[in-house]
Amino acid sequence: MTSRPLRTRVNGTAVERTVPDERILLDLLREDLRLTGTKRGCDLGTCGCCTVLLDGRPTLSCLTLARSAEGREVTTIEGVTPAEGLHPVQRSFVEHGATQCGFCTPGFVLTSVALLRDHPHPDREEVARAISGNLCRCTGYTKIIEAVLAVNGGKPRGD
Amino acid sequence: MATEANPYRLLGTRIPYVEGPLKVSGRAEYTDDLTRPNLLVGRLLRSPWPHARIRSIDVSAARTMPGVAAVLTGEKYPTTFGVLPITHDETALAVGKTRYIGDILAAVAASDELTAERALEAIRVDAEVLPEYSDPHVGLGAVEEPIHSRGLNGSNIQKEVIQHFGDVDAAFAEAAHTVRVRGNFAGVTHAFTEPLVTMAEATPDGRLTVWSATQVPHYLHRALSEVLGIPLHRIRVLKPEVGGGFGGKSDPLPHEIVCAALAFETGRPVKMLLDREDVFLTNHGRHPTQNDLRVAADAEGHLLAYDLSAVIDGGAWSSFGTVTTYYNGVLAMGPYRVPNFRYHGRRVYTTKPPSGAMRAHGGTNVRYTIETALDELAEKLQMNPFELRNLNALPPNSTTITQFRITSTSFLACLKAARERSGFDAKFRKLPYGRGIGLGCGFYISGSNSPIHFTPKMPQCTVHLKADMDGGIAVHCMQADIGQGSNTLLAAIVAEVLGVQLDRVHVVPVDSDVSPVDIGSYSSRVTFMMGNAARQASERLLALLLAAAHELTGYPAKQLRVREERYEVAHRPDVGVSYLEALHKAMEHSGALQASGAYTSPPMGGTHKGARAGTAPAYSFAAYVAEASVDPETGFFAVEKVWAAFDCGRPLNRLAVEGQIEGSIHMGLGQFMGESMNYRGSRLLNPSLLEYKIPTPQQMPEVEVLLVGADDPEGPFGAKEAGEGPLVAILPAVGNALYDAVGVRFYDLPVTPDKVWRGIERLRADGKRWKGT
Repeated sequence: MTSRPLRTRVNGTAVERTVPDERILLDLLREDLRLTGTKRGCDLGTCGCCTVLLDGRPTLSCLTLARSAEGREVTTIEGVTPAEGLHPVQRSFVEHGATQCGFCTPGFVLTSVALLRDHPHPDREEVARAISGNLCRCTGYTKIIEAVLAVNGGKPRGD
Repeated sequence: MATEANPYRLLGTRIPYVEGPLKVSGRAEYTDDLTRPNLLVGRLLRSPWPHARIRSIDVSAARTMPGVAAVLTGEKYPTTFGVLPITHDETALAVGKTRYIGDILAAVAASDELTAERALEAIRVDAEVLPEYSDPHVGLGAVEEPIHSRGLNGSNIQKEVIQHFGDVDAAFAEAAHTVRVRGNFAGVTHAFTEPLVTMAEATPDGRLTVWSATQVPHYLHRALSEVLGIPLHRIRVLKPEVGGGFGGKSDPLPHEIVCAALAFETGRPVKMLLDREDVFLTNHGRHPTQNDLRVAADAEGHLLAYDLSAVIDGGAWSSFGTVTTYYNGVLAMGPYRVPNFRYHGRRVYTTKPPSGAMRAHGGTNVRYTIETALDELAEKLQMNPFELRNLNALPPNSTTITQFRITSTSFLACLKAARERSGFDAKFRKLPYGRGIGLGCGFYISGSNSPIHFTPKMPQCTVHLKADMDGGIAVHCMQADIGQGSNTLLAAIVAEVLGVQLDRVHVVPVDSDVSPVDIGSYSSRVTFMMGNAARQASERLLALLLAAAHELTGYPAKQLRVREERYEVAHRPDVGVSYLEALHKAMEHSGALQASGAYTSPPMGGTHKGARAGTAPAYSFAAYVAEASVDPETGFFAVEKVWAAFDCGRPLNRLAVEGQIEGSIHMGLGQFMGESMNYRGSRLLNPSLLEYKIPTPQQMPEVEVLLVGADDPEGPFGAKEAGEGPLVAILPAVGNALYDAVGVRFYDLPVTPDKVWRGIERLRADGKRWKGT
């Protein structure tokens, strides 16, 4: 196991670290950079709580080596939260009660931000498909889907 | 805005969760987000044997490895503990025997994860393998090596309940119709997203501080004191945000105590984060259960009797099992009048991960058994399933034969709403083959009247308020918000009573140094009990503010009314003072204002053995209709829509009540459709979220929530529970919908597509027809 320098960008800031080859991105974020908004739920790529955006794409940071971020842009939940107030997706999650325990929430917010960037007006099935890699045990996904649909004035079910 | 339908300013509306902005921004702090200087990593060595006698554990090599701060084995802390004071049978680490694959043999605290893992590998355990008992039926009689010495007559029976009310045999002798069913239920687990995690620190002043992902900080506090031998006042328990619980974080758990013990051993802070496999092995999920039920009814469909027996698989420890054994029987009472009832329940230890409390604890499996049996009964009677329920509904202000006091019930209103909104009568037995509609009903306790407490005379909940010159109101209470929204409700009640803006109220995170005792988030008790305590505390604080307003206005307090941020004279609205003026005047006498409120449930229940089990200050009621479609060629099915009519009294936060109902439907559907703790012998085969499948967003049906409850006379502002009762009705609603779709009854859960396909094939092989096929 060797350690080598890693150059990446996290939430718009250049990061240079010497990182062991086997270090996963989740540990780099949570432990080295103390960006604890990214959650560790299973360490197995099953729950989606560790989702971050790697060059804008939702990525499971527990299955990604930190090394994979070399020369790329990592966005965590801290990176989408404005200095003041909330991102529209975050605001919609609050207004619609899409959080309960909140542990899965950062992953859902990031997945939703990526979806809405590429598909600003998804229908219910598209939202369900997009978030199907994130597990939520509290909400039954109902209010999460409603929150995502509402961000850009989406239609409620049945219309 | 207050209206005639809703006289309250905040309560009864949709109140976004107060901590929502922290959760959506990743700023909410969970236990694993916290750290301390000089932190050690704690790791556990778990038993590879289902049942073994420990001859020796050699930790000498591990103890001397560089970076290892402490290695712990069971003999140092042999004091038994358990969530119920009457069944303390657990130890923090195994002492003498291991009782399931996953029992904790040893623990290590080390400088880092890798060192800790290497230390675990260096521990040598010599053990004599004992017979394993994975089947609870085997343990009903005397066995070669009982798992615990407390097993009844050399068996593995942990608890046996025998109850008989009325005369069941006479009722069956005169019955016009009887139905007999056997329900088999696989074990399911909570699958909360935040893994179990604890951090502990022992400091030179002799104090212990523990942060833990727990639903019941108070029980953890007590178990730490008992096992570690430290007085309660020298232990400080903090509950950061908790990433879901559903019952799985309500027992004091061994890793929490081990983590604290390691902190004492080392004098350094220790964090113990369980991986997902460890979380599955810790389990305490819903009990695998076999229910045998006979139902007797007269010619018109009046229920005459239930005769119920159950074999319940407890796993290795007692946990809540004595309560489970009672609940699996007595929660058969309600929502119907049942004049004769007999129950024989046996919970049996097995060499598997312990079962415990899971959302709608003790009420879920028996409810499925009853509601599907009633669907059969309605068919025998050639009666609409709704009419059978209407005929037998318990009325308000009645008493069950088990002496449960039913005060408010809007069960009939639930039935009416679900029937009308779903268009049930136009669809029942009329939808095309492969499509069906079904009814399932529910009943659950709104808080246990029988608290697990030092003394039943102490309140079940206490709330403290403090208002200081900044105009903010700090609320202290040990109730545990685990995502269900209890902090939001607590703040909203205080704001409602005092007439202040919601953002003036700050619910202080649970800290046993300052939070008065509440016995935690289980038994769906928080809204009812904390709500009443919060209301009382707020009214006492309001009295201080109105006394000051009297001083300022000259009008007596009883002529003053509460407006938004203002107290004014009822008949002279132009005369009044602001909240801040009143507060600052009141503070001239005493400094910061303080008030305390408490809730103790009233005396109730019978005097027979086990009479307290199932008594509650109120009960929730439910009637759910599910519409489902089945592909008869593959057995795959989908639940298309659910109409969920629920009586939680007055819903105080509609957003949260809807969230509880939608989430409960998700969890109940999971148990119905596929969730199962799968074993080969005593070995859990699917300890991961990849193999233990909870429903996906695509499997979640559309849910129409119908809140039809009337005010409960004792609930805070008329409210009752909505956290657990919403789960029980969905399983039978779907089971009965599948019967309507394809003509097959399903009594073995989970109902996987292969079972549906086999059922359809069997029906065809028997030459039976359904809906013209």
